[in-house]
Amino acid sequence: MTIDAAPSAFPSPRRRGSSRKRRRFALFALVGLVLSAATALVLYALDDTIVFFRTPSEIAKMDVTPGQRFRLGGLVKHGSIVHEGSTVRFVVTDNASDMSVTYSGLLPDLFREGQGVVTEGFVQPEGGFKADNVLAKHDENYMPKDVADRLKAQGLWNEGQTPGQTPAAAQGAAK
Amino acid sequence: MIAEIGHYALVLALALALLQSALPVWGARARDAALMGLASPLALGQFVLVAVSFAALTHAYVTSDFSLLNVIENSHSAKPLIYKISGVWGNHEGSLLLWVLILTLFGALVAAFGRNLPDRLKADVLGVQGMIGVAFLLFVLLTSNPFTRVDPSPLEGQDLNPLLQDPGLAIHPPLLYVGYVGFSMAFSFAVAALIEGKVDAAWARWVRPWTLMAWLFLTLGIAMGSYWAYYELGWGGFWFWDPVENASLMPWLSGTALLHSAVVMEKRDALKVWTILLALLTFALSLLGTFLVRSGVLTSVHAFAVDPARGVAILIILAVFVGGSLALYAIRAPALKQGGIFAPVSREGALVLNNLFLTAATAAVFVGTLYPLALEAATGEKISVGPPFFNNTFGPLMLPIMLVMPFAPLLAWKRGDATRAARGMVGAVGVAVLATVLVAGFVQGGPTLAALGVGLALFAIVGAFSEVMERTKLFRAPLGESLRRARGLPSSSWGGALAHAGMGVTLLGVVAATAWSSEVVLAMRPGEQIDFAGRQIAFQGVEQRPGPNYRTTAAELVVREGGVEVARLEPARRLYTARKMDLTESSIATFGVSQLYAAMGEERGDGKTALRISYKPLVTLIWLGAIVMAFGGLLSLADRRLRVGAPRKAARASPALQPAE
Repeated sequence: MTIDAAPSAFPSPRRRGSSRKRRRFALFALVGLVLSAATALVLYALDDTIVFFRTPSEIAKMDVTPGQRFRLGGLVKHGSIVHEGSTVRFVVTDNASDMSVTYSGLLPDLFREGQGVVTEGFVQPEGGFKADNVLAKHDENYMPKDVADRLKAQGLWNEGQTPGQTPAAAQGAAK
Repeated sequence: MIAEIGHYALVLALALALLQSALPVWGARARDAALMGLASPLALGQFVLVAVSFAALTHAYVTSDFSLLNVIENSHSAKPLIYKISGVWGNHEGSLLLWVLILTLFGALVAAFGRNLPDRLKADVLGVQGMIGVAFLLFVLLTSNPFTRVDPSPLEGQDLNPLLQDPGLAIHPPLLYVGYVGFSMAFSFAVAALIEGKVDAAWARWVRPWTLMAWLFLTLGIAMGSYWAYYELGWGGFWFWDPVENASLMPWLSGTALLHSAVVMEKRDALKVWTILLALLTFALSLLGTFLVRSGVLTSVHAFAVDPARGVAILIILAVFVGGSLALYAIRAPALKQGGIFAPVSREGALVLNNLFLTAATAAVFVGTLYPLALEAATGEKISVGPPFFNNTFGPLMLPIMLVMPFAPLLAWKRGDATRAARGMVGAVGVAVLATVLVAGFVQGGPTLAALGVGLALFAIVGAFSEVMERTKLFRAPLGESLRRARGLPSSSWGGALAHAGMGVTLLGVVAATAWSSEVVLAMRPGEQIDFAGRQIAFQGVEQRPGPNYRTTAAELVVREGGVEVARLEPARRLYTARKMDLTESSIATFGVSQLYAAMGEERGDGKTALRISYKPLVTLIWLGAIVMAFGGLLSLADRRLRVGAPRKAARASPALQPAE
């Protein structure tokens, strides 16, 4: 329909014999270019944006650069929740080490003393963890998998240990 | 008794599925018409049996039959009827039964409406569908039987997870599953084509309606899930890059690519090998999604049951179907004949670009979703890949798609004229630049990038209609002639334009709601009032209300504009008595396409109530855009060229001249 509109953009009829190869090469070059760009994007983003999961004991043992983001998981320590205006302070513990956390915002439905919690944020220069996200949206008896694995590894928590738990409810554990 | 009938029907369905996966395929090889002819009755029978089984389970839920373990664990006699019905698929076993029901429904549809399919292709397609049926029926019967009895049976059930007691549960999973499972049709057609060793334009035309149907349901299902999470989870986000969301996004992305490459195959007989591969991969991603969600390797709302045996079983199904089909592909694909060639600047070229970037975006989401699992398996290190990763990879990869999208329909097949296409885009570019300048100049706050985002979205919306404008000669011919031409356009042209415009609408919503949302979190006393987003919001107090199987504590907020009451917000917390589980119920007031969103926190000892109030400009466009996309898909599906009843030999002429091709 527009064959004659821009003749210079295409090979002339005489060279058409090689055009299939040439077009195929152009196609492969394009595919290669897009794929390498995508790979570069993914690698760069992975390097930059992944967040590690840590327990209070691990943080106590390692050098943490203030400002570096990670996820802090453990149990909310009994009697540690303090409200100050719309900011809340609490302590996350794995029964070996404690870490105090401040958070501004609404706490999720199942945030309770003695329950498992995962918070995401960073360590402040003056110490303490500033969370910008608190995840505890789970079933009553549910422990975030990451936390449960760690606590089990430390021998502090077993499946079915939580009070009031029925086997069926544990089966149906959902976020 | 009824439960036993359901169980028995499921076993019979498995027997039919076994026959269906063997006899017709064998008949096609042996050229035995009688054996091939068995495919349709077997597929219909299998559907009827699974439907009986599903009805039996629904009956158990509606009558609160607590002698079934599945009903005990997920129902309660005080639960409202709609949640008794939707609760059937609000659990692992029931949702898999729904999966199988939809799978057999698709098989039955091919059997009933595929009369024009060549006998051998139909026999092979239904045979492959039968194989998928065998795998999933076995899975249900061996690891996830919903009809397990308990003796003695308890008097009351444990109720459904309160998060799922929402109208969203009635709609979201069925839509999503029709999408997921619908791609099994593309898969079965692709495998059948590989078995036959023959793929042509006619094949593409048969596959396209099924893919389109799956795609439009998946679009609606994802949008519905996003809206549900938005209002139910109480923090007002519309997309969390949660692995389970990604699990549904991946087949959507590759399914979108498949739709486009199938067009090239249908019209130009090119990209055959690639289209077949996409059809296989799209269903593989659907299966992967099922695996991720059902195996419990992820912690999420959707991980109903954590049972390693089920995870392993789904992994085996995944390995057999993906591995098997890819092996068949490796053997047979080189034998497929190459189709027509095309210039880089052409409709095909633009669609190749679309496919490239969509596939790359799928791969990026795939890496981000599975990397934490792989790393934990390999090193034991636990990490999370959050929104920044996806924003930094998915965003840049979608940008070229949005830019090229309006151009493609203006380019001719085989070789296009970029200058001419660009001339058709002048209007769209003008609108985009104007919008960018206006937003950057007059809208306060938000990142500078947001203005460009708005420009890009408007470019996509206006540009989407450039092909329609071109073909109706709008503004260049008398209005009467344009209207006449508009009526003559095939509905797939309108469908494509709407689907592309829908992308722009969604993008506009995403940009605005991300850049210009405002939010306050505060503790208020009854009688207090705040100024927020140009309105006055007064907190009246807290009220207790009884519900069927919960107790509600609701905060009452009155929204006024210049002293006039415009809306009431009643964010609440519900205590579900059976599970002793607390749930936040957000409250939303819609102003045009923007929303005011309120969620209630805990009541505190000092008489104050914690509240989170946010204003989300243009946020509803996110989901309206998806509805526009799905409507576009529906229009394309209604195009008589695609109608299953009207097959023709592939014509070589330009589609513009032969709308009834």
